[in-house]
Amino acid sequence: MEHPILFISVILDWIGLPVPHGPIGTTFLEKLCEPYMTYSWLVMAFLFVVPKLTLGKLEVIPGTGQNFWEVLIGGILDFFAEHMGRKQAKMLFPILATFFLYTLLANMIGLLPGFMSPTSSLNITIAMTIIVWIMHHVLGFRYHGWKYYKHFTGPIPIMAPFMIILELISNFARLVSLSMRLFGNILAKEILLAVLFMLAGAFFAPLPILALGVLVSLIQAIVFVLLAIVYCVGAMEHAH
Amino acid sequence: MDKIHLALVCFAAATSIGLAGLGAGIGMGQGVGSACAGIARNPEAKGSITTTMILGMALIESIAIYGLVIAFILLYANPLLS
Repeated sequence: MEHPILFISVILDWIGLPVPHGPIGTTFLEKLCEPYMTYSWLVMAFLFVVPKLTLGKLEVIPGTGQNFWEVLIGGILDFFAEHMGRKQAKMLFPILATFFLYTLLANMIGLLPGFMSPTSSLNITIAMTIIVWIMHHVLGFRYHGWKYYKHFTGPIPIMAPFMIILELISNFARLVSLSMRLFGNILAKEILLAVLFMLAGAFFAPLPILALGVLVSLIQAIVFVLLAIVYCVGAMEHAH
Repeated sequence: MDKIHLALVCFAAATSIGLAGLGAGIGMGQGVGSACAGIARNPEAKGSITTTMILGMALIESIAIYGLVIAFILLYANPLLS
């Protein structure tokens, strides 16, 4: 889907790099210059640079920047610890907190005119989902060994051939639902904003949707991470 | 492609997201109503009720998202029309 105006694509076009006009480029360079890739890198650069600038040197009595990051990181860690226990939360904190911050910022950046959400592309969300999906299987295998696969067969031995089919389907459906939820919500927000802007942009018609978009972005980021936590906890806990 | 085919595809896409949204809306409404009642009865349990509600909302919402995905497939990546 063609987005109206994207600043980074315009700049890259001006430099002379081949920016694809369809949803998917053909050559490798075109694939690298797709909007969702460039905006994803923008978000990553933001997440690298802004903490470096605001954090500065760590002090015993925190300044404003350090205070903000301490509250944010501490809050996220407490949120994880509430759901999976302090020890496992500390183990999984780096990847899950990165997912949270990246998803939140990637969702929010689409609210600015001239920017798009990288998460409104299925490629980004399905990549994140595959990471989470493989992670929860690896965790389950690390905690239970081969017995981990026994809980796919259900509690009753006679029902095992049927249960394993159902469990496998429901396990693979996590790939679809987790990626499609984020993608669908953010894409719906983007399309709604674009349509309202084209219909009555001069009368501030997209304004309420912008306010709603902040809420949707935050909730979807929380939901993505919360479901990742639930999957990991389900894989790590003792099988019944 | 005939115009009647295009019209049928558009109708199918609109119906899929519409019906999925209807069902998900009813389900989410019941969920939010029960969560509000629970918080009104026991305000101390607000935190855990809210988390559970958001998780349930997300799971219900995925059904509506499936409808949206079907609509997108019908409109942009229809395997029968190409």
